[in-house]
Amino acid sequence: MQLLEKKLFLKGRLDKFTVPEKLKAFQKLPRKEIHYIDLSQIEMIDSAGVAFLESIRDALSEHDPRIINARADIKKTIKIFTSKKVINRVSMVRENLFENLGSAFLLWWKSVVDSFKLSADIVFWSIVGIFDRKGQRKGSVIVQSLLIGVDAVGIVSLLSLVLGLILALQSAAQLRQFGANIFVADLIAISMVREMGPMMTAIIVAGRSGSAIASEIATMKVTEEIDALKMMAIDPVRYVVVPKFQAITICMPLLVTVSIFVGIIGGLIVAVTYLDLSVVSYFTEIFAILTFKDVFIGLMKSVFFAWVIVIIASYYGFRVKGGSEGVGRVTTLSVVASIFWVIVLDAINSLIFYF
Amino acid sequence: MKKAIISVRNLVAKFGNTIVLDKISVDIYPREITVILGRSGCGKTTLIKNILKLYQPHSGSVKIFDEDIIGMEDQDFITILKRIGMLFQNGALLNSVSISDNIAIPLEQHTDLPRDIIDKIIRVKLELVNLDHAMNMTPSELSGGMKKRVALARAIALDPEILICDEPSAGLDPLTSSSLDELILKLKDLLKMTIVIVTHELASIHRIADRLIFLDKNRVVFTGSLEEAKASSVSEVKTFFKAGRFE
Repeated sequence: MQLLEKKLFLKGRLDKFTVPEKLKAFQKLPRKEIHYIDLSQIEMIDSAGVAFLESIRDALSEHDPRIINARADIKKTIKIFTSKKVINRVSMVRENLFENLGSAFLLWWKSVVDSFKLSADIVFWSIVGIFDRKGQRKGSVIVQSLLIGVDAVGIVSLLSLVLGLILALQSAAQLRQFGANIFVADLIAISMVREMGPMMTAIIVAGRSGSAIASEIATMKVTEEIDALKMMAIDPVRYVVVPKFQAITICMPLLVTVSIFVGIIGGLIVAVTYLDLSVVSYFTEIFAILTFKDVFIGLMKSVFFAWVIVIIASYYGFRVKGGSEGVGRVTTLSVVASIFWVIVLDAINSLIFYF
Repeated sequence: MKKAIISVRNLVAKFGNTIVLDKISVDIYPREITVILGRSGCGKTTLIKNILKLYQPHSGSVKIFDEDIIGMEDQDFITILKRIGMLFQNGALLNSVSISDNIAIPLEQHTDLPRDIIDKIIRVKLELVNLDHAMNMTPSELSGGMKKRVALARAIALDPEILICDEPSAGLDPLTSSSLDELILKLKDLLKMTIVIVTHELASIHRIADRLIFLDKNRVVFTGSLEEAKASSVSEVKTFFKAGRFE
């Protein structure tokens, strides 16, 4: 690149690889002195080269330098790749604050209405599905029960055992100081039955099965499988969601029962080995402290948690947009929302029954 | 005689123990549109993917720009790939980013161009495929034909010397298919590209082909111009054209 008698001489190749260094060289030149851009020594030019020429002409727009001495083929390439003929047809309409707030509210309201409609649909078809199996795959409830329930027994048991051990260990040190060793059984029983069992199981199921449900439905939507079901006059909610809803309704209380039992066993290990309690006295205390109300409410709320997980996962699955990235996004949103609403529902439950 | 820009010799490709390409030898010449055709499952896409090292060939040699790419270090092969554009059968656009960002990917990754220059190139390339209005859209908002055109814009983002198109007309209506063919012809004439097209759409072959490479049962059964193909006595070629009522 050379500036001579108001002419900027460009040399050699003007392509994607040489443009960056030519741009640097151009920055150092006195711009006011450039009136012509001479391309006589240019060997070849590509789209990046044409964009570079336009850039320097934009930078020198005050005296709009002319391009001179370009070979015919160079001129032709410039003509092909010029962006001057491209009219930016994308117009951005800016909304004011109130319009934005209104749009956000309407969007939120629509999502609330949609989620209630979906919930009603799922609950209705789940009840109908007990009596009329049409519109569902044969054996789908059993398959889903295996996936949601049986396959989760291992991880639920392991985490519940560890939780029972931790709860007992944390309280044992304090209780021992007052000679109240036996109350470790009360603590474990009440916390596992009322809170820890149902909530921890729900969080595991939300992370495990909730994410699987959301991603399965979202993938089906993205790959047009949901549309295909609709075109075959099959209700996707009935065919895809209802078996999961029915399966989780059966499995969740069972999983919570396993969780409570294993958690209590975890507490027993600490009670026997660290607090010198006997197995009989530990279980006697547990049966004495637990009421039917505790067990019933613990299991009932686990069913509500299960419904929330399936409804939220389905809701996000059905509203997926885009491709594989959209599937990932709705799966994450579904798990986060499920865990949030499980905790909120648990808090409401505690306020209603124990406050 | 012209020197081949892509030269394949005795290429054997296998999936497990199944031979998909059996000692294939083909030459692709510069500034021509070469159409690789044949029945479904005859190995057209496999041939392309072996040439581009997307699949590892079992044996044989592939030379691109006179360099043997089999056994070439990945780093060296990247230099070759920068000179080749590929239009995949389904577009293969990244759904997570906008149309303009899809086209920006090769420019950002392989050049040091500043963003304003990249933006100009994106606009021009989208204008070439008549989609400059779709710049800020996402792939999910586009129809099948539009996706293919965006994918073509991405394939030519770096002004490649070779453009490879895998079934560009598949799944498109005749009008969109025809406009895509015209665009490919325009690219060949204006940008002097060497274009390789895998297809079995006879109408498309009639519009754009300079040379044909006919595959059947994992082998090359015919190589030549369209006129030569129509006059060919090779039974597979005759049957193929007859089935398509091509004249």
